[in-house]
Amino acid sequence: MEQSYLIDLKQVVKRFPMGKGSFTALKGLDLQFEAGEFAGLIGPSGSGKTTLLNIIGTLDLPSEGGGTVLGHPIEHLKASEAALLRKERIGFIFQSYNLLQVHTVFENVEFPLLLLGMPSEERRKKVMEALDWVGLADRHRSRPSQLSGGECQRVAIARAMVKQPSLVLADEPTANLDAANSHHVLKTMQQLNEAFQTTFLFATHDEKVISYLKRKIYLMDGQLVKDERV
Amino acid sequence: MIRFLGKGLLRDAGRSRMPVMVVAIGVALSVFMHAYVHGLMQDSIEMNARMRYGHVKVCTRSFAENAAQMPADLSLLDVRALKQQLTAHHPNLQWSDRIQFAGLMDVPGMMGETRAQGPVIGMAVDFFSTHSVEGERLNVQAALTEGRLPQQAGEMLLSADFSEKLGVQIGDTLMFMGSTQFGGLAYANFVLIGCVDFGVEVLDRGMMLADLSDVRIAMDMEDAATEIVGFFEGGQYNDAAARRMQESFAADFEVVAGDPYAPVLLRLKDQDDMGQLIDISGAMGLLITFIFLLAMSLVLWNAGLLGGIRRYGEFGLRLAMGETKGHVYRSLQVESLLIGLLGSLIGTVLGLLFAWWMQEKGLNLGDSMQNASMMLPTVIRARITPVDFYIGFIPGVFATLIGSLLSGLGIFKRNTAQLFKELET
Repeated sequence: MEQSYLIDLKQVVKRFPMGKGSFTALKGLDLQFEAGEFAGLIGPSGSGKTTLLNIIGTLDLPSEGGGTVLGHPIEHLKASEAALLRKERIGFIFQSYNLLQVHTVFENVEFPLLLLGMPSEERRKKVMEALDWVGLADRHRSRPSQLSGGECQRVAIARAMVKQPSLVLADEPTANLDAANSHHVLKTMQQLNEAFQTTFLFATHDEKVISYLKRKIYLMDGQLVKDERV
Repeated sequence: MIRFLGKGLLRDAGRSRMPVMVVAIGVALSVFMHAYVHGLMQDSIEMNARMRYGHVKVCTRSFAENAAQMPADLSLLDVRALKQQLTAHHPNLQWSDRIQFAGLMDVPGMMGETRAQGPVIGMAVDFFSTHSVEGERLNVQAALTEGRLPQQAGEMLLSADFSEKLGVQIGDTLMFMGSTQFGGLAYANFVLIGCVDFGVEVLDRGMMLADLSDVRIAMDMEDAATEIVGFFEGGQYNDAAARRMQESFAADFEVVAGDPYAPVLLRLKDQDDMGQLIDISGAMGLLITFIFLLAMSLVLWNAGLLGGIRRYGEFGLRLAMGETKGHVYRSLQVESLLIGLLGSLIGTVLGLLFAWWMQEKGLNLGDSMQNASMMLPTVIRARITPVDFYIGFIPGVFATLIGSLLSGLGIFKRNTAQLFKELET
């Protein structure tokens, strides 16, 4: 019997138009991820890690090949189905945090729950819980501009985790942080991974991140070079 | 969700206050410009009406056909009775009898010989009656360069240019020579008591202004006048009303068909080139307003477009969080509609206030119009019309909305990952 994966990619090819021709960012990747993994796509710029993360996050479609993400076939996913999948089951963490500057920490974390149409009381409880996981419950009224870079990234983690998704995708999450904050943020994510069995998938070339990963997938020129489990 | 988006809108000055301000300024300018152009066009027409044509004019059919010659022998008779009848039939108009005439102005020397002489075009209006508003209507007080208005019999005003050409001074006695209503020689002495400068070549070339009673005596025109001019209350020409008056005039006044001396009622549009001027003014007003509205619409459309493009990053984030493209697009349009409506309301109020100030105070361009050859007003005034209350909403709401509709299309045209990339940059 075939094993059921959280993410199951088969012969994924991604081409981008470039001038009269095209540039192939991913060249027939086969990859599988199970629930609860703490894995990373590692490689230099242009190796295809962000492109792959976008396809797994249903932000982009493969040019060829396909597979499933959280049980949904990605090659035929409609925009509305992809939006629903992201809304309910995928969280994102970005390099530059991307918090809504005009909203408070509480409101930023609350946003994914608003999209889910959750009642106000339940929302409040979950937001405060999520802020508690990242140690920022006492800063819930602050604006992002009043926080340090590390604190902002922890708010972003709370925002990604508040709906307790099955999958969190983090693109270079420590690129804008110093060493101390990087370790703090990574430890937080590690704890959440262990506590909720949420799958974390990183795109990175930062040694600090790599040292925390339990699975290291090395990419080079859109091809899988090495898949290493620690 | 609405509360969340509302909070974002209110807190982000770049999304709310700035666009509202831009829209309000654009709308205020549009409203003011429309009122100003309308006022400018209308003032030119009104000035011609006040100085020469009236909103409607009653004269004999023959005088109307030969108006350029100002033939006194074709004047209206029984003017007092006719004026009473006009007032009874049309109490919403102010009626004034006037005499337009032409002749020769002679300046006598010490020995009674002719020192200087020149052709003169004259107008006799009612200066002396206490209820008369003719002096005010012609704005003579403001046009006085020296001296004063006629207050007693035998006094007259001359255009400043003409008096200079004749070499006369205030207090000099001049002789007017012309023809009486019955074709005889008319001559009368007048004392120059003031000089006027209307800033209009047509009037300032050689004009004489005197009281009706004096000219009536000089031209043997007891109870006669070349015309009775009527002005609508409120000072604005109303062509539809004038047309109705014209259509019923023959029946109302039992005019005998074919009688050359029978009174006829002329609309402002019927006289000289006024019809053309009114039509051109209307068309020009529309054209200028259209061009300005178009320019303003392009500015606000662009503002809406930039406002949307500026937020592609935010849209990328919202899409990543699971919001649908349609929802993001609709929320952008609702925001844009609110901004357009609020900005248009504020802009309309500001524009109307400014236009009202300009309507009441006016802008005096007298100094720069000294050499004008057309009969143009020296004080430019805006004029508020009902259109001004909604015209600003065209650029304010529609252009802003179209701008954001177009910029929002980027949400659909770009794939989500591209918006996502713009979020990162």
